[in-house]
Amino acid sequence: MIFQNIRRILRWGAIGFMRNGTVSFSSVLVMTIALLMIGSTMLMSTFLHATLDSVEDKIDINVYFSVDAVEEDMTELQRNLEYLATVESVTYVSKEEALVEFKARHENDELTIQALKELDENPLRARLNIKAFSPEQYDSIAAIFNEGSATLQEYDTGFIDKVNYRDNRLVIDRMTNIIDGVEKGGVVITFALILISVLITFNTIRLAIYISKEEIGVMRLVGAGKHYIRGPFIIEGVIYGVVSAIITVVLFYPITLTIKKHTEELFGGIDLFKYYVSNFMEIFLIILVSGIALGAVSSFLAVRKYLKK
Amino acid sequence: MIFFDKVIKKYTDRSVGLNGVTLSIEPNEFVSIVGHSGAGKTTLLKMLLAEDNPTSGKVFFESVDIHALKSKDITKLRRRIGIVFQDFRLLPDKTAYENIAFAMEVAGRPDTEIAADVPHILDLVDLNKKAWNFPHELSGGERQRVAIARAIINQPDLLMADEPTGNLDPSNTYEIVQILKRINDLGTTVILTTHNKGVIDSLGKRVVTMEKGKIIRDDSRGKYVL
Repeated sequence: MIFQNIRRILRWGAIGFMRNGTVSFSSVLVMTIALLMIGSTMLMSTFLHATLDSVEDKIDINVYFSVDAVEEDMTELQRNLEYLATVESVTYVSKEEALVEFKARHENDELTIQALKELDENPLRARLNIKAFSPEQYDSIAAIFNEGSATLQEYDTGFIDKVNYRDNRLVIDRMTNIIDGVEKGGVVITFALILISVLITFNTIRLAIYISKEEIGVMRLVGAGKHYIRGPFIIEGVIYGVVSAIITVVLFYPITLTIKKHTEELFGGIDLFKYYVSNFMEIFLIILVSGIALGAVSSFLAVRKYLKK
Repeated sequence: MIFFDKVIKKYTDRSVGLNGVTLSIEPNEFVSIVGHSGAGKTTLLKMLLAEDNPTSGKVFFESVDIHALKSKDITKLRRRIGIVFQDFRLLPDKTAYENIAFAMEVAGRPDTEIAADVPHILDLVDLNKKAWNFPHELSGGERQRVAIARAIINQPDLLMADEPTGNLDPSNTYEIVQILKRINDLGTTVILTTHNKGVIDSLGKRVVTMEKGKIIRDDSRGKYVL
């Protein structure tokens, strides 16, 4: 009896979906938009987090030594810095390594390479790249290199040529602020959009069921139980959700591919398309469950109103 | 079988649907209820279906107080009553066959029974050629025959027809009345409300006349008198 009813409810739900073509089409359309909103929010927040991480990862302090600094002094300073609790790593880049880096960076620039060859000796300076555990620790690390600090007094004056931190800091601060702002604003806006699209979906389904208001009354008078009337409508809502979810994940292919093309040069950080493809199952599941829940709950609430008697 | 005990239904203080109706209907009876619009005919039927509750008084169906039933039991009661309306009230998204099958489905009848009974009843109302047509593809008379088929498919104890011929031409009206008569002959109690003098006079059965929510006449072999 129960299985017979479940089978009949499933069948009537599917038949209802097929027969009410126009209503089904508009419900699927509206719900697809809602699911696109939900999916975009997920992708957007991943994208922003990854970008922020990669930007933060780029912050470091570069300490350039004078051309004639002694190597032992430099490695000693490296060792001293590594003892600091705030310092994650200190990389020593010798003059020679700096030259290799420089050549590699300018390999397509004939003129610069030519000019470099004209020089008898290596004009580049050795340096230390210092990374802190977290961005806010850089200020205290940078203070070590302020003129007259205790650490520096152990070395010759002019031992350190230049500390490249303030310049980077400014750019990085600005980027961090922008991303932070976009993320905060984005969350508010997308949540508002999600809310609106969910409400529109709910209303569309409610209107679709409103059309069947009299039908529901007739079913009651013919002696149909509440579950038996409600069931097919909920199945229809679930079908809206499944179809919309499939359309949504298919649409995300060209969308993420386009975003990738336009942003990969901007931030080296994350390839959204690759992220989408490699996390496809997880994203699909979230969108599918959202769609099914949205359809089923909307139908349930809409039918309930006409089933009260 | 059915007993209305001093039933009063007030919508507002001024609008009274039923004003103290006491009426009893025996099994296997064919009762016609006549009266002007607003006399309370439809309200009477609504009480019997528990579509609406009386303001005071009780309605019994086989000594069960209908309005004391829970929603689930009302559903079960309705499966024992077949109903036919003036405006047919078929399910528009279902074919003639499916409309009739639906009444069997809700009663929990198995598929094999449905597959056996529905064609048979379609035959009875002469609609087997239109089994897969939707209501909007059928004429008024055909729709009403589908509605009757739906009402009797579960072999109800009671058939209620609320002005079933109100929207039909004379030849369709005659046909519908003949079907109702045959159903009554087969042992189903029938309650018919109508405006149609010809229908009442040709039936020669019990006639209850209502006016302003009250029963003013009850003749066992009545004619249409208003």
